[in-house]
Amino acid sequence: MNASKEPILRVKDLAVKFNKEKILDGLNFEINEGEVLAVIGPNGAGKTTLFKALLGVQPHEGEIKWRKDLRIGYIPQRMEIETDIPLTVLEFLRLRGTKNFSEEKAKEAVKSVLLKEEILDSGLGEISVGQRQRILIAWSLLGKPQVLLFDEPTASIDIQGQESIYQLLHHLQDKFNLTIILISHDLNVVYKYAEKVLCLNREMVCFGLPQEILSPIQMQKLYGGEHAFYHHLEKHQH
Amino acid sequence: MIHLLPQLLVGIFISAAASLLGVFAILKRMSLVGDALTHVALPGIALAIFLKINPFIGALVFLFIATVGIWLLEYRSTLSIETIVGVFFTASLALGALFIPELDLLEALFGDISKITYTDTAISVFLSLILIAVLLAIHKRLALHMVSQELAYSIGIRSKQLEFVYLLLFALGVALGIKFIGALLMGALIITPAAAAKNIARSLNGFMALSVISGILSAISGVYFSNLYHYPSGPIFILSGTAIFILSIIWRGIFRK
Repeated sequence: MNASKEPILRVKDLAVKFNKEKILDGLNFEINEGEVLAVIGPNGAGKTTLFKALLGVQPHEGEIKWRKDLRIGYIPQRMEIETDIPLTVLEFLRLRGTKNFSEEKAKEAVKSVLLKEEILDSGLGEISVGQRQRILIAWSLLGKPQVLLFDEPTASIDIQGQESIYQLLHHLQDKFNLTIILISHDLNVVYKYAEKVLCLNREMVCFGLPQEILSPIQMQKLYGGEHAFYHHLEKHQH
Repeated sequence: MIHLLPQLLVGIFISAAASLLGVFAILKRMSLVGDALTHVALPGIALAIFLKINPFIGALVFLFIATVGIWLLEYRSTLSIETIVGVFFTASLALGALFIPELDLLEALFGDISKITYTDTAISVFLSLILIAVLLAIHKRLALHMVSQELAYSIGIRSKQLEFVYLLLFALGVALGIKFIGALLMGALIITPAAAAKNIARSLNGFMALSVISGILSAISGVYFSNLYHYPSGPIFILSGTAIFILSIIWRGIFRK
């Protein structure tokens, strides 16, 4: 781990309210450069809201302190687009408005997410969901980010596809010394790739190392009752 | 033919601007809202006729107010925007129908380009060019915003402002089109060329280019045939556009599965 002195992100007493309802409350955590932080929690726990707050588009209380002049890339969970949308992958990358954008740079970006450059001419709606996920990563790489916020798709990517996305993220992390914050629904992923875990259920249930935190008791507290996640856990521990 | 020149110029430029607006209306899937918005021009025209000022100004003012209204409601109200637009904008069609003098009503509803003056021509062409220039200047951000608001956010695009600019351009486009095609048919001036283009285009650039070409072709045939047979140009424009749309569906059936 190449943690530098000062954390890259420090969150203090973060709270988000919609009308009078608390969506997030009492969040305190920090993350160092080069680390992977996994955010887990049930549906409606406020994970995406947390991302929006981190991106600065969600009004909030408390403090979110990024290191100065950071470039942050964001990979949303999904895009609701029609399969016949008249927009090629190359055009989509161009929409980012990156300075000095060129077809060469687009090719590079596509190659760095292990796709063939021919995909640039395909329609954005025609390619598979997994490919689109990679294109979204390529899109954010164009901005030369130091931090990636990755919102894992809940469904629609098969397990192998999912696994290879994480291998790719891992590879990119090493290559570009990225700090990654990811929302995950799969505790196996959290075990394999994350250095820190934040469990969220509107309030912060836990924060720390995966091995310490992902105990059945914590998981019950987080998800409530028996949960399919136990099976993942048990498998992993065997 | 020379006497057709002002009509052709107005038709070509207005429909180029409108069909470019249509590309983004279709990307945003807001064709119905757009169509209903066009009706808001009618009470404006009624008031302008009553006050004896240029109907274009009346239409523009009312459209502007409605646009600001939509924009505010989208962020403030929990009611669905389609519901609000559906109710109030159809009501404005009713208001317009009641208060526009019968003689002018047909023109307000279906347009009449044949009586266009040189001043009107110059203003229409000028404003259309401004509309096209602004739209081209913001088209990347607009397309991104319409494909994924979240991504747009993440690179610092201010969605609210962008949407407001687009709605203003939309209002301007509608006000310009009223003369040419009338408030009732205006929605089609914006949507039909873009809908046809979407059936054929695979890229955004192709989408925009084909939409404009299809709009211009419809405008030329609208002006030409309406003068030949002394019909109003609006309905002919729409029918030409629809013919192009049907061809595009056939194309799609053959070349894209």
